[in-house]
Amino acid sequence: MTDFTPYSAILGGSLIGLSALLLLIGIGRIAGISGIVSRLWQNPGPDLSWRLYFIVGLIIGPIIAALFGVKTPQIPPGSPYMLIIAGFLVGFGTVYGSGCTSGHGVCGLSRLSRRSIVATLVFILTAMITVALFRG
Amino acid sequence: MFSKKSFLALFAGIIFGIGLSISQMTNPQKVKNFLDIGGQWDASLIFVMGGALIVSGFAWYLAKKRDKPILTKQFYLPDNQSIDRKLIIGAIAFGIGWGVSGLCPGPAIASIGFLSSELAYFLVAMLIGMAVGKKIKG
Repeated sequence: MTDFTPYSAILGGSLIGLSALLLLIGIGRIAGISGIVSRLWQNPGPDLSWRLYFIVGLIIGPIIAALFGVKTPQIPPGSPYMLIIAGFLVGFGTVYGSGCTSGHGVCGLSRLSRRSIVATLVFILTAMITVALFRG
Repeated sequence: MFSKKSFLALFAGIIFGIGLSISQMTNPQKVKNFLDIGGQWDASLIFVMGGALIVSGFAWYLAKKRDKPILTKQFYLPDNQSIDRKLIIGAIAFGIGWGVSGLCPGPAIASIGFLSSELAYFLVAMLIGMAVGKKIKG
């Protein structure tokens, strides 16, 4: 059971949007985490550095937040097998489907990309069905 | 070399990570509870998406008025418009993994500073999944 937290949700969401704004207006890039992570090893040219720096920042961010009293990330203990299967599907699916919650769900939706609208609807509905099946 | 570009990327990453933390998207149970409409529904994720969409929508509005970004020569944007099988299959696979774990790539990476063995299993499998996805996608 978790509480409904609309204010911190809007604040945190706006910061995620601000990050996307900075990347787009600053260096012309999309803040899609799966794309950034999966291309870290792809082209060791000038493109490598911004992705690496972004990922380092992404890891530092929650540590800084924790210093200011924001709740630390919590990964509830689960079956290792389920987490391995889930991790594989998340990695495979986001690369094969060209995006995740940030790339399709935030950047693509706000750009009104048809592909992103379809992808977001499909992965949210699939995830809802999955949760319902596992609960039952 | 620590260029302006690198600094901006680092700063944007930090902001993204703080945003995930404040909105508690780094708590997989909160994400699962959003997905669990029939159960203990927690609608917070809609507000996270709402806040993010308003600001990034504004970013697209600003981008349209510019020829190029501030620090680079051009915008690097996806131009694929087709709704193909890869998009759908990928989204379904991701949706299943997301529903099972409550984790998507952003929160999973952002939680590395608080690494647990469970998260490590997930992350290694995710990186392998990405490599396989790339290979099959061609």
